[in-house]
Amino acid sequence: MNVELIDIHKHFGSVRANSGIDLKILPGTIHGILGENGAGKSTLMKVLAGFIPKTRGTILLDGSEVGYSSPEGALRHGIGMLYQDPLDFPPLSVLENFMAGQVRGATMGTEVHRARLLELCTGLGFKLDPDVPAGRLTVGERQQLELARLLSSGARVLILDEPTTGISGLQKEVLFSALKSIARGGRSIVLVSHKLEDIEALCDEITVLREGIVTGTMERPFSTQALLSMMFGSEPSPAIRSGHEPGAQALYLDNVSAPGGRAGLAECTVHVSRGEVIGLAGLEGSGQEVFLRIAAGLIRPHRGRVHVGRRDMTGRGYHAFQSLGVAFQPASRLEEGLIRGLTVTEHCALGEGGGQFMVQWDTAEQDARDKIRKFQVAGTPDSPVESLSGGNQQRLLLAFLPEEPELLLLENPTRGLDLESVHWVWDHLDAHASRGAAIVFSSSELDEILMVADRVLVFFDGHIIKDERPEDTDALALGRAIAGKM
Amino acid sequence: MQGVDITILLAGIVAGAAPILLATLGETITEKAGIINLSLDGTIILSAMAAFAAAVTTGSLLAGFAAGAAVGASIAAAVALFSLRLGLSQVAVGFVLTLMTKDLAYFLGTSYARMEGPLAGPMPVPVLSKIPFLGPVLFSHSLPVTFSMVMILASWWYLYRTPSGLKIRCVGENPDGAYARGIDPDRVQLFYAVAGGLLVGVAGAAFSLCVKPGWGQPQGCEGSGWIALALVIFGGWHPVKAAVGAYLFSFLQVMSIYLQAWWPDVPAQVFQVAPFPLMIFILVLISVAQRETVMRAARNHPALRAIIQTLSGKAPAALGRQKKGTG
Repeated sequence: MNVELIDIHKHFGSVRANSGIDLKILPGTIHGILGENGAGKSTLMKVLAGFIPKTRGTILLDGSEVGYSSPEGALRHGIGMLYQDPLDFPPLSVLENFMAGQVRGATMGTEVHRARLLELCTGLGFKLDPDVPAGRLTVGERQQLELARLLSSGARVLILDEPTTGISGLQKEVLFSALKSIARGGRSIVLVSHKLEDIEALCDEITVLREGIVTGTMERPFSTQALLSMMFGSEPSPAIRSGHEPGAQALYLDNVSAPGGRAGLAECTVHVSRGEVIGLAGLEGSGQEVFLRIAAGLIRPHRGRVHVGRRDMTGRGYHAFQSLGVAFQPASRLEEGLIRGLTVTEHCALGEGGGQFMVQWDTAEQDARDKIRKFQVAGTPDSPVESLSGGNQQRLLLAFLPEEPELLLLENPTRGLDLESVHWVWDHLDAHASRGAAIVFSSSELDEILMVADRVLVFFDGHIIKDERPEDTDALALGRAIAGKM
Repeated sequence: MQGVDITILLAGIVAGAAPILLATLGETITEKAGIINLSLDGTIILSAMAAFAAAVTTGSLLAGFAAGAAVGASIAAAVALFSLRLGLSQVAVGFVLTLMTKDLAYFLGTSYARMEGPLAGPMPVPVLSKIPFLGPVLFSHSLPVTFSMVMILASWWYLYRTPSGLKIRCVGENPDGAYARGIDPDRVQLFYAVAGGLLVGVAGAAFSLCVKPGWGQPQGCEGSGWIALALVIFGGWHPVKAAVGAYLFSFLQVMSIYLQAWWPDVPAQVFQVAPFPLMIFILVLISVAQRETVMRAARNHPALRAIIQTLSGKAPAALGRQKKGTG
């Protein structure tokens, strides 16, 4: 099917997310939509998928104008979308998720759908158990489920919004080969991403968006240089690992085991020195999140000892850890990191604590202003935190870290950020490391770990199966370790 | 256990549980769709009054039950519409409606107080009621009681074995996800809030026309709405487990009558109140059992583990959530 978007505008109040976008997608091709965070990619795709109404513009399918106003209408025309936040139902089984929206009328036809799901999965190289709750799947598997569902619903144009965020290298390979085979079958695929490598590896044609307009299109062969300048206007400078000299002991886990997450953590012994930057790699839920929370005093191990600096802190709580200069930053910004509904100023007032009975609003607002300026947050002291974009929430979280931490524990600190923001974050963190702070961070991006870490720990099923310096290894070897192959 | 006929005891539990069971099932369906109707206690009292008044006036039990159901459905519709159309908090609206409907029931029902009214008498199920033991326990009740038992299986089957049930669960879990799949979340929520309310209304009618016949202040059904709300949680939003909870509560109530007879020295109020704290105690036990440490201790006891896992149940993720715009 030929898809043509002509002069699409989408305004949210005074914010112009899309202003006059033209786009052409040919059948049987994989079309990349590239752009940094906030470029208007997701908005454009949600308009195409009928999830949000367009302010103005025309959508042509095979040359004739269509006017649907719901995802259902779009799907009837053959357009299906895999959203960035999976719109699925975690407690329901994989099969029920697959059937939701597909079954009408009086009977379920459970067995027919089971067969259909298994057939689609086999064809695409997915391995899904129809009877487990979808909540137990990894992000990558949930995507596979959604893909199968969209295909089964008759989608001829598949939109994937940031599908490679939070999935393992292995799952990415499975996804990419599935997408290629879908495209070979004559369907079109639209891949939305801020990751240049992914887009370059997979797409036949790329459209680059910046600030709500198209800044360029390109067909194979691509020029990375040209794409980067279309994305950013100018090319961002890469961050470089600083290679700080490791100092005294900052953290020592001695044969620690604890439950939690998918796999828990088993018999883990790790030394972290001051000034070290350590990257934790592994599939989501392989033990990294438990590791970080034990080191922060949020989870108490049921075996083993935890030392911060030279002190044995086993069994102590988060506040005791905090007083030793330990700072923890969770991956879920709005669930654990920030408080939904409070403004930046209110967060500052909270952070101050102080022994005063009344809130010092002047001080708090001044503080908020300072932080916003220093950390280049696009927002005002009165902005509720949930109104900020993901990148700006991340900057704000960094602003709330203590001034001079001894041990920084960061969970996916750059998840969902574009390259420029990633570099900004690491420049800032690097300053802490040069002062002697130890930094332990988890990331699903091997490139990021290889770029900034002094040491990599690979987690698999609750065990640390690799502890190496980046110069002694490469992405391929790490990828194999992450998948449990040594 | 001298002087206790086990058949009569069990039959009493089944009959006594009927109204609370109906209310619990109704609220389970409503909450599965993501709407929380906190007005249950007031709804039950008002529908008990309406049912009694209608039955007395028309002389028809059917009219009574219809009136009760209509009251339950309208109050549920109010909770759902205030939330879906006006974006008001379901919790706040539910609370206010609880208080309002309760006072309204006593005010409107004054003239019907302590009147002689129709009563839904026993209507044994043919054939089945002849089965020894099971017959008298399960199949010799009045129609509302039999209906309540049928509704356990019916609501389970509807929720877990029909496309509509799948829709309900999807909407309660993630309305955006349901919308993306071509389901209209608002319509589903409104429809099943009303459907659940209908059952709650029937529960009220079952009180005044069957289980605690008559109308007065107090009617005797006060507080049962709150118990039903707690039982929905106890049942982990699963109709069959919720039903077990309703029978457990009824058992505690029936036992308090027996215990009172055995220990006449203890003040009667102790036994009347006892089922409520006991129910809370059981809820505490269940939540403690789900702690990580207990789960670990139960690792080597598959039976214990299975029990704990059966007891656990999560609230629908979008339960009571304020509607937000999609654009």
